[in-house]
Amino acid sequence: MENVRVIEVKENVFASNIRNADELRARMRGEGCLLINLMSSPGSGKTTLLSATIDALKDEMGIGVIEADVDSAVDAKTIQMHGARAVQVHTGGMCHLDAGMCDQGLAELDTTGLDLVFIENVGNLICPAEFDTGAARKVMILSVPEGHDKPLKYPLIFEVSDLVLISKCDVAPYFDFDMEQLRKNVADRRRSSQILPLSAKTGEGMDAWLQWLRDEVAAWKQA
Amino acid sequence: MHELGVVFAMIDTLEEVAHENGIAHISKVTLDLGEVSGVVASYLLDCWRWAADKRDWLEGATLEVCEVEATSVCNACGRTYATVEHGRQCPRCGSEDTELLCGREFQIRDVTVY
Repeated sequence: MENVRVIEVKENVFASNIRNADELRARMRGEGCLLINLMSSPGSGKTTLLSATIDALKDEMGIGVIEADVDSAVDAKTIQMHGARAVQVHTGGMCHLDAGMCDQGLAELDTTGLDLVFIENVGNLICPAEFDTGAARKVMILSVPEGHDKPLKYPLIFEVSDLVLISKCDVAPYFDFDMEQLRKNVADRRRSSQILPLSAKTGEGMDAWLQWLRDEVAAWKQA
Repeated sequence: MHELGVVFAMIDTLEEVAHENGIAHISKVTLDLGEVSGVVASYLLDCWRWAADKRDWLEGATLEVCEVEATSVCNACGRTYATVEHGRQCPRCGSEDTELLCGREFQIRDVTVY
């Protein structure tokens, strides 16, 4: 056992990704472009919400979307039809987007003239929560049919999200969704989390979401 | 496939460590893994073997996982207890005002070069 060398590292396993994410965030700060990481389960209504959001805000600001999926380009095509710049990133079987993939997506998208870029992360409540993409804000969507107990089952994603959107509120009468219990479950994970119930279909609650976006974009440009 | 993504992220960090220290081949990696980190050691080891052997500079490298037990403290009575067994509620006084002290670790402790 001669010439054995032990190098003390004491670094987070994700250190390389975190460094890439920090660099990306600083660059986006310089550009005055707010990057939002949108996370949820498959089928929670991410693309529908983004389509309605783009329709409402596209005359006020430049919006881009990075669509991350294991395969296909259906989401990017839908978003482009609503008049936003969009690129599709294939994760090659991976269940999340990391900062390096996000950086490639942004280069492809071309952020010139954009004020707001959404990352529509892979539909999954586990891995996306673990990987810093370089986004300035993390928003998660929980749809009413998924139930109010999700913060108990998938704690990390609720711990890292700045804002929790409760989507598909128009179908609430058909489900045993307890909004008060949900608020308590989310607060147990992160006390500073904001919760906004909405329905992209009926427009209920959309004003509060759009105003949150306007305020965040303005604050990001000022700082 | 959560663990595979995690292994790729870990290999990126190890590549930086190897580069900074002028290491051509890593023989062993020691990892601290918390009991409530959300990563399953046996899956991690399987993914590690597959991914490490695809790279010349990591081929054959062993991964040693040191599990760290999760411990919480109760802010009401000050006791510490095993998190996995009792969850968020203090087993002594029943308070839910508790905090995790350790168990989330996911850190590369050291690398060994022969």
